[in-house]
Amino acid sequence: MRTGPEEMFGTLAKADDVTAARLRDRLAVAADREGLLDVAYRTLDTPVGTLLVAATEQGLVRVAYAREDHDAVLAKLAGAVSPRILLAPRRLDAVAAQLEEYFARRRRSFDLPLDFRLSHGFRRAVLAHLREIGYGHTESYAQVAVAAGSPRAVRAVGTACATNPLPLVVPCHRVVRSDGSSGGYVGGEAVKRILLALETA
Amino acid sequence: MTAYGPMVLRVCRAVLGPTDAEDAWSETFLSALKSYPGLPADTNMEAWLVTIAHRKAIDVTRARARRPVTVPEVPERPSRAGRPEDWDGDLWSALGALPDKQRAAVAYHYLAGLPYHEVAEITGGSTDAARRAAADGIRTLRAGYGGRR
Repeated sequence: MRTGPEEMFGTLAKADDVTAARLRDRLAVAADREGLLDVAYRTLDTPVGTLLVAATEQGLVRVAYAREDHDAVLAKLAGAVSPRILLAPRRLDAVAAQLEEYFARRRRSFDLPLDFRLSHGFRRAVLAHLREIGYGHTESYAQVAVAAGSPRAVRAVGTACATNPLPLVVPCHRVVRSDGSSGGYVGGEAVKRILLALETA
Repeated sequence: MTAYGPMVLRVCRAVLGPTDAEDAWSETFLSALKSYPGLPADTNMEAWLVTIAHRKAIDVTRARARRPVTVPEVPERPSRAGRPEDWDGDLWSALGALPDKQRAAVAYHYLAGLPYHEVAEITGGSTDAARRAAADGIRTLRAGYGGRR
């Protein structure tokens, strides 16, 4: 029986995971050193599911829940920031450590450089105010609207929260309905309740 | 872009062998990262990356010619059947013994999956010449290697 070219190259065709990971890490380090790594990302397993975290050279630029579809999130980052995106965990070491501490209730606020380039105008003003809502506290959408300088823009506050590129770190989960119910959340209402419970426990 | 990583690694391995393949792979992707933002949206990524890898392979081959040869042949590796990182030493030797054009045509067509007209654009020459080079290469490989299986 003759061996076809495809079968003949079977052994060459296998690029094993260990080699792939080693090469990828090496590329990430080299790219970072040469200023070619515009967006570094990694995923984290947390009590609220797998999170994707991404950072530019300025700081953390995106935190995404699994329900947001990580592939779609990366594709959007490629368009909005730069296509030079690599799985490069090292740049996200501090992010990973602080999120882990947060979920273990050993951290009440995040001390990380943030890159707000994905948010503009009023939404950005809302996010700036959200950072002032302390751990374990909540505000209503109406209160946030007042604080952000547009008392009548309650719905726009809801949109700003729903499109928050940095959930958890910018605590949009601390914005709740005036009637005390939790309201919607980019990570899902169940996750919002988990986070609020975590912070008040 | 790194979705093409395994494909580019296969090509680098086939063209350069295991020792230099990883350097060429890294150089290829670093170079690709540099020029990626200016790339037209409809660029054929496979062909583009293989083109870069081809240039890197030429660089590596030239550098190899300049530096003193300390390893006369491909290092012998014990066969560890089932381990994906295993190298088929016979196949590598057979690939390494092919003329450059044939090895490139075989790698770019069979391992990168490029059609012959794209192989020809990368290696120079006509589409027919690329097809012939790949066919000649496969024939030699089959005679020296595949036939023994």
